[in-house]
Amino acid sequence: MSFPWAQEYKPKHPLMQWFDERLPLPRLVYNSVGAGYPTPRNLNYFWNFGSLAGLALVIQIVTGVVLAMHYYSTVDGAFNSVEHIMRNVNSGWLIRYAHMNGASFFFIVVYIHMFRGLYFGSYKAPREMIWLLGVVIFLLMMATGFLGYVLPWGQMSFWAAQVITGFFSAIPLVGEPLRQWLLGGFAPDQATLSRFFSLHYLLPFVIAGVIILHIWALHIPGSSNPTGVPVKKEEDTVPFHPYYTAKDGFGVGVFLIAFVIMTFFAPNFMGHPDNYIPANPLSTPAHIVPEWYYWPFYAILRAFTVDFGIPFTGIVIIPAKLMGVLAMFGSILLFFFLPWLDTSPVRSGHYRPLFKKFFWFGLIPSVIILSICGVMEATTTWLILAQISGAYYFAHFLIILPLISRIEKPLPLPGSITEAVTGKPLKEAAA
Amino acid sequence: MRKPAEPAVAKEAAVAAVEEPRRRDFIHIATVSFAGVGTAAAAVPMLTQMSASADVRALASIEVDVSAIEPGQAIKTMWRKQPVFVSRLTPEKIAEAKKDDNAPMRDPQTLEERTLPNREEWLVMLAVCTHLGCVPTGAAQGEPKGDFDGYFCPCHGSHYDVAGRIRKGPAPTNLVVPEELSFVSDTVIKIG
Ligand code: HEM
Ligand code: FES
Repeated sequence: MSFPWAQEYKPKHPLMQWFDERLPLPRLVYNSVGAGYPTPRNLNYFWNFGSLAGLALVIQIVTGVVLAMHYYSTVDGAFNSVEHIMRNVNSGWLIRYAHMNGASFFFIVVYIHMFRGLYFGSYKAPREMIWLLGVVIFLLMMATGFLGYVLPWGQMSFWAAQVITGFFSAIPLVGEPLRQWLLGGFAPDQATLSRFFSLHYLLPFVIAGVIILHIWALHIPGSSNPTGVPVKKEEDTVPFHPYYTAKDGFGVGVFLIAFVIMTFFAPNFMGHPDNYIPANPLSTPAHIVPEWYYWPFYAILRAFTVDFGIPFTGIVIIPAKLMGVLAMFGSILLFFFLPWLDTSPVRSGHYRPLFKKFFWFGLIPSVIILSICGVMEATTTWLILAQISGAYYFAHFLIILPLISRIEKPLPLPGSITEAVTGKPLKEAAA
Repeated sequence: MRKPAEPAVAKEAAVAAVEEPRRRDFIHIATVSFAGVGTAAAAVPMLTQMSASADVRALASIEVDVSAIEPGQAIKTMWRKQPVFVSRLTPEKIAEAKKDDNAPMRDPQTLEERTLPNREEWLVMLAVCTHLGCVPTGAAQGEPKGDFDGYFCPCHGSHYDVAGRIRKGPAPTNLVVPEELSFVSDTVIKIG
């Protein structure tokens, strides 16, 4: 773990020494986020988003535990209890709006964090495990966000529960029984709401656990950096504290400003007004859309409208419904294979001319178009756009990345991090 | 781990390895199997508790008085917590549905197969889109009926025809006609 030049923990106060000898927690903190953790000297602001994601989780847990003190998980009581939180509970409106917008900010931060990984090749050896654990966290977050969205038991909550558990009914043979098992009935009802609340409370703590593994795995090779060139000598690094504690702290300030602006001035901007209508199992809202962070995946789900089979024989191999569901899950599960799809030894997109073109003019636009398709009504034009950009999305990871890794001629890499920063080569130190 | 140092001991171990399973191996396997079976048995109630509870399963049946439904009208009701369409087709709609009986479809069915004998003006279906479960529009006056003059599911754009058969969009099958459907009298139907 860590580099040979890492500073050793030396307790200054006898009390700390007493503590450290019995439980080396001060040492753990010092070596992970203190002066004992040497970090590349050239990290840019994209490297702030990991600590911000941690902060977002803390905000969700704190506001969530408070909401749970006032919330009733019954089909008759849930909607009213949320209104009670908004109107009667002291500062309840603030706590609920912080939790609602906190979920969105959590996803914003995590998407930027993933973008960083994708562009700077952070998923490559020796950091594959960090990436894989990150994908697990992302899946857990998506589940948690969905479960939470069901809790207010508004129209969008109810129909989200119906449609999303409906994904499972696409699985041949066991699908429908599985769906009823998840719901605890034939349609979303009390059993569904109670278990969703229980799981919504549980999963954030599971996420916290996986984050510990994620950071543990990170601290073995240490952070990558914008050049992707590994750390060679002490000059390439600075101690985490005070350098990155200060930089992360600055990021926290900026994040909190953006967060409170949304929470105070546009708290419902990222929500859907139909969720202020109590759940009605008899009528689906005219236009149901998921929360913004699911849009690209929702667009992929809807992009499949015809069965996959042998033409003109009527033989169906995979029905459209199953295709949509498989593609949607596939678009995320694909990330698990990314470290082995992109075989280029160069990590950073800066030094990969072809990769960079496909990244900026292929992947990013396809995800943006998919997001737009996900929120639009399912008309032919939007469906075709979703089909094209969805096809590109899969082709990018499964065909283009493996191919360009082979044919691309990368730009010359700097000799070291220090050279990239100062322009002068790293001194050949004795021994 | 045994030390491979003394050849005599190593030889003894080699002989032991080819011999019958030892008493201790048996105890190990038996203990682990016992613990495994016990854990699996304990997992069963943890999993089955999630399935529909007895009150939800209790075969709820409903009777619906349909005497007030005029030809061309439809009502929505609830059965097993799921919405149901009860619609009374006009002769024109019946003709329209029959005309399409042999049209190419994803889930081919005739109107006759979707109604009870001699009651083909009564179409009773779960109002649950077979795609992901939204309630299609088209039962009430003025709601969008889709490209086939029947039902339209706004969620992901499934179009059903007058007889509730899937014609376009992602839904895999026709709107479900409950098997448990019967007529108690000319004006009362029973589901379940
Ligand atoms: C991973 C972190 C979390 C995410 C992404 C998340 C997300 C959400 C979302 C999107 C909602 C719906 C907001 C609305 O429309 O009102 C919600 C509601 C809720 N959440 Fe969370 N949550 C998280 C953590 C927690 C935790 C740790 C708890 C409790 C211990 C909690 C308790 C609640 C409660 C009681 C509600 C219902 C009240 C309401 O709707 O405002 N959440 N959550
Ligand atoms: S639920 Fe009806 S089209 Fe998807």
